[in-house]
Amino acid sequence: MYKYDDFDHAIVNARVDEFRDQVARRVAGELSEDAFKPLRLMNGLYLQLHAYMLRVAIPYGTLSADQLRMLAHIARSYDKNYAHFTTRQNIQYNWIKLAEAPDLLADLARVEMQAIQTSGNCIRNITTDQFAGATAEEVADPRPYAELLRQYSTFHPEFSFLPRKFKIALTAAPHDRAAIKLHDIGLELYKNATGDIGWRVFVGGGMGRTPIIGKVLREFLPQAYFLGYIEAIMRVYNRYGRRDNIYKARIKILVHELGLEEFHRQVDAEWADIQKTFAEPPAVELERISAFFVNPTFETIATPVAIYDDARKTNPAFDHWVERNVCAHKQQGYSIVTISLKAVGEIPGDASADQMDTIAALADQYSFSDVRVTHEQNLVLPHVRQIDLFALWEKLKDIGLASDNVGLASDIIACPGMDYCSLANARSIPIAQDIAKRLAPIERSTGELKIKISGCINACGHHHAGHIGILGVDKKGEENYQLSLGGSAAEDTTLSTILGPGFDADGVVNAVEKIVACFNTIKRDNERFLDTYRRVGTAPFKEAVYG
Amino acid sequence: MTKPEPLPRILNANDLATGDVVYWSGSKWTRHIAEAEMIADNDAADALGKTEMAARRVVDVYPFEVNFENGVPVPARYRERVRSLGPSVRLDLGKQAGE
Ligand code: SF4
Repeated sequence: MYKYDDFDHAIVNARVDEFRDQVARRVAGELSEDAFKPLRLMNGLYLQLHAYMLRVAIPYGTLSADQLRMLAHIARSYDKNYAHFTTRQNIQYNWIKLAEAPDLLADLARVEMQAIQTSGNCIRNITTDQFAGATAEEVADPRPYAELLRQYSTFHPEFSFLPRKFKIALTAAPHDRAAIKLHDIGLELYKNATGDIGWRVFVGGGMGRTPIIGKVLREFLPQAYFLGYIEAIMRVYNRYGRRDNIYKARIKILVHELGLEEFHRQVDAEWADIQKTFAEPPAVELERISAFFVNPTFETIATPVAIYDDARKTNPAFDHWVERNVCAHKQQGYSIVTISLKAVGEIPGDASADQMDTIAALADQYSFSDVRVTHEQNLVLPHVRQIDLFALWEKLKDIGLASDNVGLASDIIACPGMDYCSLANARSIPIAQDIAKRLAPIERSTGELKIKISGCINACGHHHAGHIGILGVDKKGEENYQLSLGGSAAEDTTLSTILGPGFDADGVVNAVEKIVACFNTIKRDNERFLDTYRRVGTAPFKEAVYG
Repeated sequence: MTKPEPLPRILNANDLATGDVVYWSGSKWTRHIAEAEMIADNDAADALGKTEMAARRVVDVYPFEVNFENGVPVPARYRERVRSLGPSVRLDLGKQAGE
């Protein structure tokens, strides 16, 4: 993975020192809260329902085992022994004290981590496919480009005060695990008909109050123009994005209001102008960065691996786990393992300090010290020998992390909701816990089902992209939940459609159960929930829920 | 139709240094909602909030509605109830756990 150079270290350490000074001045009364608030937010420090919350960036969801150990240390030393992995591949701590925040950031900096770009109207943490560098599906590892973008966007003077926050996601595989069409800019690296590799550029996607699927702005962008073209998009947005209305400030509204054709024309004009002065980084720089992402030294392993195959045959529980949580690797004899952070009845995305430490040790032992965070709030060990899978599974069982539910009904995305978040209308977590408990007994036979829950319209829980989406709303001071069906964040991105009137907390869990029961009676063969929904529409589900 | 009587209100905030949720007792900030005092005068409460924020003790001061049950204020809205107790999904954390 990428290692900081002297310059990276210098800017991050300088930022920590600067924040230490700002905190001291705030506590001494030299800075008012109005002056201080944007400064603390620029360092990822929010004020939430119970305390300060720190959001730490995990660039493109890639962590080393040492970094994960540091995250565990922070949970123990500065928080209450746990933390929460988010849908932006970040991690959040819920009980941070202001005075301790600078020391915390200094600890993070020791392992080349920080909380920059986790708040404010800047280019936020860049996200990508959690299987990057491990899957045979991709045409190249997208992470060197994500790292290039991270370096380009960190403290970018022109783009530090955009009309609104700005999210970029990349993938290099046709199977989209990064929800690229639901980002301000989505980038898909692919090989065209003539064998050249370049980017399909999507723009103006997003969820929140006005969910929109990103549109193709450029069908094929040669890699050589990567940064200049993004700069052109950013410039058009920065100049014309609305600053008069926070709800209309995202690029999706600008694209919608201008129309794709006009937006395209403006970007092209800007791009033509930029090319007179903008120098793309020299190839040697991309090579320098790419060198940090080369394959680990894989062994040559003959397949099939008999021990692994035998364990699958003789141990059904292990076999179930492999079926759901283990994916094909590009290297023969290796697999990609998803560690579900969704044990039934537990809090989606939460991990204790002890669990993080153990996963770090397992990454050292089995996965070249490499760990990934998924936007579906799970963790990944990307390079595990098949011969080690059984032992790994046994060790995961010891720490309660061997749930065999990836992609099933209990693998629910849930934002922190009203249990932690000051913007929430309703709780998300208890709804997820109740649904998981209710559906766990039938989830294997139900098949792939993505349930996503947000505690307010900001949609951090991606409810618009859920096969079943749940949105918490405030109904005269009471928690109420709106159900929607048919969303997807994958390459077949769709937005979910509201089913009908909302429910209270018990009601929404009952309604989801009825929807799943209805699906199980009308599905054809091994049809996924989403495919059945696309075939039959809302009518049978409405009938099942509302009678 | 007569308007319902407005509910009594109390003042809460976050402690500047710790971020902890605190309530105005009439003379100081307290971590315990049971010690909170009802707001008698809205203008005075506004002024108090501004003074206390300026004094760097608290941030985000705002009033909210409560029902007094056995003399103890109980938040009318769920959001403030969660703030006064801690996460409903982690009963081992926050004020509800005696922290
Ligand atoms: S969706 Fe709303 S409630 Fe959930 S974390 Fe985001 S802002 Fe908070």
